[in-house]
Formats: sequence, C-alpha cells, structure tokens
Amino acid sequence: MNHLFQYTIRLADNASILGHRLGELCGHGPILEQDIAMTNVALDLVGQARSFYQYAAEVEGANHTEDDLAYLRDNQDFRNLLLLEQPNGHFGDTIARQFLYDAYSFAFYQGLRKSKDATLAAIAEKAIKEVTYHLRWSSEWVVRLGDGTAESHAKIQAGLNSLWRYTGEMFEMDETDNQMLAQGIGVDLVLVKTAWLAKVNEVFAEATLTLPSDKTWMQKGSKKGIHTEHLGYILAEMQHLQRTYPGCEW
Amino acid sequence: MTQAQFQARIDADIKIEPKDWMPEAYRKTLIRQISQHAHSEIVGMLPEGNWITRAPSLRRKAILLAKIQDEAGHGLYLYSAAETLGKTRESMIDDLHTGKAKYSSIFNYPTLSWADMGSVGWLVDGAAIMNQVALCRTSYGPYARAMVRICKEESFHQRQGYEVIMTLCRGTAAQKQMAQESLNRWWWPALMMFGPKDEDSPNTEQAMKWRIKRFTNDELRQRFIDATVPQAEFLGLTIPDPDLKWNEERQHYDSGNINWEEFYQVIAGNGPCNTARLAARQKAHDEGEWVREAAMAYSKKQEQRNKQVA
Repeated sequence: MNHLFQYTIRLADNASILGHRLGELCGHGPILEQDIAMTNVALDLVGQARSFYQYAAEVEGANHTEDDLAYLRDNQDFRNLLLLEQPNGHFGDTIARQFLYDAYSFAFYQGLRKSKDATLAAIAEKAIKEVTYHLRWSSEWVVRLGDGTAESHAKIQAGLNSLWRYTGEMFEMDETDNQMLAQGIGVDLVLVKTAWLAKVNEVFAEATLTLPSDKTWMQKGSKKGIHTEHLGYILAEMQHLQRTYPGCEW
Repeated sequence: MTQAQFQARIDADIKIEPKDWMPEAYRKTLIRQISQHAHSEIVGMLPEGNWITRAPSLRRKAILLAKIQDEAGHGLYLYSAAETLGKTRESMIDDLHTGKAKYSSIFNYPTLSWADMGSVGWLVDGAAIMNQVALCRTSYGPYARAMVRICKEESFHQRQGYEVIMTLCRGTAAQKQMAQESLNRWWWPALMMFGPKDEDSPNTEQAMKWRIKRFTNDELRQRFIDATVPQAEFLGLTIPDPDLKWNEERQHYDSGNINWEEFYQVIAGNGPCNTARLAARQKAHDEGEWVREAAMAYSKKQEQRNKQVA
C-alpha cells in the first residue's frame, strides 16, 4: 500500500466533503454576514482539497488529475471522516460539526507543518492560516449559541451530543498513520487529541455547555472506506456531470 | 434648499450625500431602486447556488462559490447604501418577503443545466453591467460609490461566465448543445432585464431628470444586443431570434419583438420560480430567527458583564 497516497487522500477528502456540505448552505444562511462566512470557509476547504488532491495524484503516479480523484472514485474509496459527511441540520448542528473539526484540524495542521514531506508541510502552513480563522469563527458561535437563549443552548448542546460519536475515529492510529509518523511525515494523533480536548473543554466552559459522556460508543470506519449512508448521496450529486459526460473538459 | 437649488446641484453633477436635503420623492425612488437592487443580489444567489454541489470540477466549484459570495457582498453594501436614506435592512427584508419590494425578474427563471452557470454570467451579469456602469455616475453619492466597486466584480463575473460557455463550445457535441440550449432559454429573459419599452416606462423621465438614471431602457438594451451578438457568433452559437440582423443605416442590430406578456406575468409573480425563490428566502429568514435572537441575547449579556467589570 502507498501510505503517503492514503495519508494525503484522507486530508483531501476531509476538506472536499466538508467544503461540499458548507456549499449546500450558500444563499440559505441565517444572517447575510454568516452566509458569507460559511461560504468563505467552504472556499478555503475546496482550495485545501485541490492542493491535497493534486499532491495525491502526483504521489500516486497514475496520471490522474485532482478531478479524477474527487469525481471518479466511489463511496468505498473515500477516506473523509464520518463527521464531515453528516448533514447540515440546523445552524447549531452545522456549527457543532464545524467546531469539532476546526479544533481537530487546527491541532493536526500544527503538527503537519513540521512534516518532513515538504509539500504536505507547505499545504499545512497555508491551511493553518485559514483554519485559525475558521476555528475562531466556529468557537465564537459555539459560545454565542451556548450562552445565548435557552433555545439556542439546547440546540447546540443537542448538536454536539449527537455528533460526538463521530469524534473517536479522528484520533485512531492505523498502519498508515503509524508508518507516516515513523517516517516523520505524519502527525501523532495522541498529541492532536490532547490539544483538541483542551480546546473543546475551554470553549464548552465559556459556552456553558456540557461535555458529552466519555462512555459514548464511537462510530468508526472512514479509514477503511466504510461510511454512513450520507456519503453516497453527496457523491451522487457531486459526481453527476463527470459521470454523465465522461472525459469532458469543463 | 429648494427644489430648484436641488435640481441645480444635480444639473451641475454634484453628488447628493446622505445628510443633504432632498425631495421626498427622490429619497423614495432611491430607496425603492437600491433596495430592489440589493434584493436582486440576494435572491440572485439562489439560481447559482443551485449548482454548487454539482459543479463539474473543483476549480469550477471554487469559482462559483467565490462568485456567489461576491453577490452576497454586493447585497451587503447596497443595503448599507439604502440605509443611509433612513430605512433599516430589517424593514427592507420584510418588504421583500411580503412582496412589497421587487427584485430582478430574471432570477425567477430556473437554472437547469451546468451551461446556465455560463449564461447567467455572460448574459445576466452582462445585461446587469450595462445598467450598472451607467449607475456609477448616478447622482446619489453612496449608491454611485457602491456601484463602482460592484461593477469591477461584475465584469469579472461576466468574463468567467463567457469562459464557461466557451469551454462548452470547444468541448464535445453534447457540451455545445448544452450551451446552445441554455442560450435559447436565457436570451429573451436577459433582454427583458432592461425593463419595459421607453414609451411604457413611466418612471424613466423623472429618474433621468434627477440623474438617477442616465440612459433609457431601450438605449441600454440596444447596447447589450450590439455587444453580445458578436460574442455569440465567435462561439458559433445562434441567438434565438430569427429577426435579428445588422442594420447598416442605424449601425445597430435590429431585433425581434419581446414577449411583453411573459415579462408582465413574471413580474406579477407567475414566473417559473417566483414562489420557490421567495419561499427559500423566507425559510432561511425564519429558520435563522433563533440564531439572531441568540446572538442578541449573548451580546446583551456581554454588555452587562462588561459594565459590572467597569
């Protein structure tokens, strides 16, 4: 197995799928300013996805383009975290998903910018600037909703509770992670978890929110390409034109 | 300031600013026009947003997201320009939802293929620019300044749209067919964007006198046709108007009759997507209410906490 390809495609799929989900909201935000903010995050993520896919294609060495990888692989080949394919729900659900991921990717890219792989390090260096802003934005909204009205508190807490079961696999080290870590390319997810949990605790405290139970049964599978039912619909929509008109330039 | 002095300023091309005296009718006309323009930007996000999740490449997806985001930004500064005339954004948005305020009818047409992302940029933004370039010199300062910025971005969008269509025209037969089919649907609605014929446009004369408007509907429409026909020819596409031909004497294209019955029906709410567009805006607004309340409640709490500290 080409571990560097696997490692890179995971990062590409993460950014692409979450960017796609946020793109669904464009024009439908609760306030014009937040509509713009969500589109901004979506744009950054699509940009990150492109960088990772381009590099994955290069590492793979099979003459694929970024779009071949994004548009012509099927469900079981995708490696994005389960969290990121979950539906947008209401604004509280969207914010909960965003915050849990931003806190993760911020810690992750902090590690990856020190990677021995110069390309991954460079992409991470650029991404960290964007993610710093994303994390600030989603943290602020977790606090605003948590410490806003009784209704908003209940909604964001429910959103966090129901998404919590997808956070376990974010920190699971499989063979690819271990290989990449051993080569100084990848990130130690144990360290990422510590940083992530510290951030989550800090923001939850300010937001007067309760940390979901540490006995939560965690869902996992994305590292093996086993997804929730949602991903199939995302891909059906996303890949529609590429599949209907194969081999075209757009 | 008297009416005569006001008109003298207008005639001397001196910009009117928010704190200047202005006739009530001038203020009302501007609020109507600027808020309508702002609403058009916001509602206009929907037909394009319809294709974000189906954009055929990551590059196109990014371009489309950025474009729609620009439109949201235009909406923001237009609402701000209208607010300088004394009406709040909330009340303008209420007027949109109750149907009291209008938005550009073009957005009541559906986007049915990827080629429509090209047509909207090429034809819809192209037509909008004809109007908007003229508005950069409109007499009300905040509106004119907002338009300068908007025009820069719009002309970029127009080129992007043309490039989408050009890529399709240089692609497979099926792609070129997609482009032609899209042009067939968008051509006439794009011409309708300039509004009724001059003789049927009751507001034009006063708006020209106040220099809110600088060219008539028919003048701008002609300018658009003259600019667009060669662009279609370059692509090898056919404009769906059998009466279209170059008039050597006028040095303009002659064109066929617009279906004004369709124009007035769409304005009256009977276009293919009027109901869906307004429902989408209303839904976003209603579902966002608890979010806006939470933001207000939080900021009040913060204010009180800051007072206690101080």
